[in-house]
Amino acid sequence: MASCVLEAPLRMSVLSEVTASSRHYVDRLFDLDPQKVLQGVMLLYLLQQETSSTELRTECAVVLGSLAMGTENNVKSLLDCHIIPALLQGLLSPDLKFIEACLRCLRTIFISPVTPEDLLYTDATVISHLMALLSRSRYTQEYICQIFSHCCKGPDHQTILFNHGAVQNIAHLLVSTSYKVRMQALKCFSVLAFENPQVSMTLVNVSVDGELLPQIFVKMLQRDKPIEMQLTSAKCLTSMCRAGAIRTDDSCIVLKTLPCLVRMCSKERLLEERVEGAETLAYLIETDVELQRIASITDHLIVMLADYFKYPSSVSAITDIKRLDHDLKHAHELRQAAFKLYASLGANDEDIRKKIIETENMMDRIVNGLSESSIKVRLAAVRCLHSLSRSVQQLRTSFQDHAVWKPLMKVLQNAPNEMLVVASSTLCNLLLEFSPSKEPILESGAIELLCSLTQSENLALRVNGIWALMNMAFQAEQKIKSDILRGLSTEQLFQLLSDSDVNVLMKTLGLLRNLLSTRPHIDHIMSTHGKQIMQAVTLILEGEHNIEVKEQTLCILANIADGTTAKELIMTNDDILQKIKYYMSHSNAKLQLAAMFCISNLIWNEEEGSQERQDKLRDIGIVDILHKLSQSSDPNLCDKAKTALQQYLA
Amino acid sequence: MGIGLSAQGVNMNRLPGWDKHSYGYHGDDGHSFCSSGTGQPYGPTFTTGDVIGCCVNLINNTCFYTKNGHSLGIAFTDLPPNLYPTVGLQTPGEVVDANFGQHPFVFDIEDYMREWRTKIQAQIDRFPIGDREGEWQTMIQKMVSSYLVHHGYCATAEAFARSTDQTVLEELASIKNRQRIQKLVLAGRMGEAIETTQQLYPSLLERNPNLLFALKVRQFIEMVNGTDSEVRCLGGHSPKSQDSYPVSPRSFSSPSMSPSHGMNIHNLATGKGSSTHFSGFESSCSNGVISNKAHQSYCHSKHTTTSLNVPELNNINVSRSQQVNSYSSNDVDMETDHYSNGVAETSSNGFLNGSSKHDHEMEECDTEMEVDSSQLRRQLCGGSQAAIERMIHFGRELQAMSEQLRRECGKNTANKKMLKDAFSLLAYSDPWSSPVGNQLDPIQREPVCSVLNSAILETHNLPKQPPLALAMGQASQCLGLMARSGIGSCAFATVEDYLH
Repeated sequence: MASCVLEAPLRMSVLSEVTASSRHYVDRLFDLDPQKVLQGVMLLYLLQQETSSTELRTECAVVLGSLAMGTENNVKSLLDCHIIPALLQGLLSPDLKFIEACLRCLRTIFISPVTPEDLLYTDATVISHLMALLSRSRYTQEYICQIFSHCCKGPDHQTILFNHGAVQNIAHLLVSTSYKVRMQALKCFSVLAFENPQVSMTLVNVSVDGELLPQIFVKMLQRDKPIEMQLTSAKCLTSMCRAGAIRTDDSCIVLKTLPCLVRMCSKERLLEERVEGAETLAYLIETDVELQRIASITDHLIVMLADYFKYPSSVSAITDIKRLDHDLKHAHELRQAAFKLYASLGANDEDIRKKIIETENMMDRIVNGLSESSIKVRLAAVRCLHSLSRSVQQLRTSFQDHAVWKPLMKVLQNAPNEMLVVASSTLCNLLLEFSPSKEPILESGAIELLCSLTQSENLALRVNGIWALMNMAFQAEQKIKSDILRGLSTEQLFQLLSDSDVNVLMKTLGLLRNLLSTRPHIDHIMSTHGKQIMQAVTLILEGEHNIEVKEQTLCILANIADGTTAKELIMTNDDILQKIKYYMSHSNAKLQLAAMFCISNLIWNEEEGSQERQDKLRDIGIVDILHKLSQSSDPNLCDKAKTALQQYLA
Repeated sequence: MGIGLSAQGVNMNRLPGWDKHSYGYHGDDGHSFCSSGTGQPYGPTFTTGDVIGCCVNLINNTCFYTKNGHSLGIAFTDLPPNLYPTVGLQTPGEVVDANFGQHPFVFDIEDYMREWRTKIQAQIDRFPIGDREGEWQTMIQKMVSSYLVHHGYCATAEAFARSTDQTVLEELASIKNRQRIQKLVLAGRMGEAIETTQQLYPSLLERNPNLLFALKVRQFIEMVNGTDSEVRCLGGHSPKSQDSYPVSPRSFSSPSMSPSHGMNIHNLATGKGSSTHFSGFESSCSNGVISNKAHQSYCHSKHTTTSLNVPELNNINVSRSQQVNSYSSNDVDMETDHYSNGVAETSSNGFLNGSSKHDHEMEECDTEMEVDSSQLRRQLCGGSQAAIERMIHFGRELQAMSEQLRRECGKNTANKKMLKDAFSLLAYSDPWSSPVGNQLDPIQREPVCSVLNSAILETHNLPKQPPLALAMGQASQCLGLMARSGIGSCAFATVEDYLH
């Protein structure tokens, strides 16, 4: 044993040279042959021996790092041997060379897709120790930043790193003399700030050598900097802008970040860069119409994006198999990125939507996208369609010409929630009364589908389902209304009316109101569902709800009062009559007005039985209130009350 | 309103873009017009308050517009050269402010130029070289080696040749000889330099009387300076004293040269500016363009200076070597006249003897040495009366030699001027701060040294200029030619960028 240890350093250094250059040898080390796997275990054993010399342990770490650079199976085997704790232990050594070797190996392992990021966060002391090692050398800086940027996935990781002072510890590395350190530090910030307002708001006030971070990022955006650096700093600035840390009209966004991201979409860039550029730009401009307008005129972006759909190109298929493979790999990513960006571009401005749809074969591309195998592309295509469906003109023209409702209905079948949310939102727009798609969508069984959405656990889906039904019921024929009521069932209707979400409640009331319009419809529905509806109305008027909900409910009552036979359901319900009387004297003018509508409809002269109704209402004291209201300072109320009183005079 | 570009002679009564050789972007419909009455959808419309920029890229001959600082994308490709910025106004009362760079542009043109500069430099860096393995490297090594040999860095040259497995073309002894002569010249010890040259290369100066004359004029100047061996000894300096002038590589961008070529460039640049339009990015990007020739000229200076910098300098080198050349071609005439050469030789021998005679006086002057050795107090010929007399005597000999040369070879204005300038030094009480004082600057020894070196090398059938210098000269000339031919990429390439 002793002689073995003595000889080891020599053999190790030879081995490390061999492994780095010869994959064959590395792979053989992890042969199925247990004898050979043993070598890796041996290295780990030697690494952990406190009694081994530092040189030997360093060599072990180097060799293990080389092994980790092999196939994914290598990394898996190393993980199985618990290499991470062993290497983390090594970081406690006082020897810098040994620490660097361990970090380098850790870096290689953590950037492998087979390594779970959470392994970094199992021990809280690890992060603070890594932060402390950041000051040791440019290599520790490079490797640690790289580990952080690969292992920071989601808000939990961001918060851990942030709470350990990542921002302060890494900020000064942005001005390091080493390009690699600068780049890895920049990447760290791009993942730390991504969709994280807390980090983003902090970054904006941090300064290094008297220069604020946004200024440093802007310098890294310059057109002579490497593309990777431009793109990553644009991502940082985008996150900061979306978090509200930088205003959307700040020149560093409008004149620097946005044009840089548009350039990343150009044909000159690599496919990966174009995907990332388009996605980041889509995120940057998503909610700001001015940025959408600027992007839409910059460097022919809308036309430029059309090129994203041309992969794999016919040329690449013939000339170059390697290129075809590369194109195929990125084709889906390119398409979904383009759809996302089109969706953002067309989110608010009608002229931009028009320009997008006028782009060559745009509608065909969306329609094709809706039925692609990749769910990412389908989702992005639906987003794009949703954005464009906000245009009245497009709904009437290109949407109709291309029968987009067909693939859309197909997407809605058995889709995951994320997709359903966007698709049903789009359907809402397609069901607006002026949309020519409304009819065919109804015929293809939309009612059933939408009714099932209202039962979803997912709030957004419930809202969209009931919203779409509401749109569908607007000025619809009797049959559709009956179908909706039947499809929804009264129990479900009540369920929705007691939904905890006010949006769902409002849309349900809206649906009821749309259902209860035009006299024959009112009478018909009330004859079948009168009892339940009156119950529901009572319930809501008694419940704790905001003004809008109550107003909407009173409007439903007013509609019911407009029916011929339906009127009686109110007149025979003393409880409801008392409630109407109460709201006529409410402090809110809107509610008073809505209640007045009910009364007007009930006492209108020309209708049968008006005399009895007038008498009954006088008996419960309505006329006195009307007299009071006719003196009201609110002209609407005053007018309405006077007209009502005239009915009594006639 | 239409903003764009037109060639000379295009009808000024119509919007740019409608006619042949004109290009425009029109505000009413946002279309671009490429020499045609029908436009193509290009960008947004523009109106009062908008800032429209028009940038012509002379590297790829394209044009793009900007609106309020946002690039709208390429509008035209394959543009012809010599276009003028043009604005067409159609509505009565329309007003345009034109900015040719006198105010900062809204669009970040600097950033755009940075991108193209890196593109061009990357193109140069990645230029494909030699297909056969090692060929390129061998060539580069030869160039370096020949450069070292040329300038006499024999130890370095030897070490370099050894490590790169090459043979040095010139014998080591020969390099050392040249180096010795060069050192003498650069130290201002012209008399010794001439003597050594005559010893080592007996027929060289015989065949080059003009070179000899130039060397002697320089010797006269060094006498005034008090550095030449003869007067130094008279002034109390040891002739064997250490060289005060550090021997440096004959740098091709030596600072002393800059004033002269700087001036040339200026002339050239302005001369060029009026004859070409749009020679660089600076001139071509303007927010709201108006045809205005006056504005264009100043924009050229920047890129013309950088591109012409080196060729100018190179011209100096070339012309000097040509001088030598032309005289040596006179050799045929001169060989009929051995006598005159003989005279020249004897005269120089004469004062060489003289100098040896003065050697005795060296000890006597020892006491004064401490005072005079400090060059801070500049005195004619080092302040020694004997030296002044020697200098005046030498001047007379020089005058005689000049006259003789004229008789034998005909008039030579360069020689005449050289002598006149040298003699002018005596007209001032403090020659160093006189208008002709720059002749006394040690840096002026360099051209003389270089010419002598080249002449020696030629006698060995070696190139009078090292291939490295030649390649650099060619590169600079090439850049100059590109500039004159309107090839824009030369604006972002200078030879200096690669001389580190």
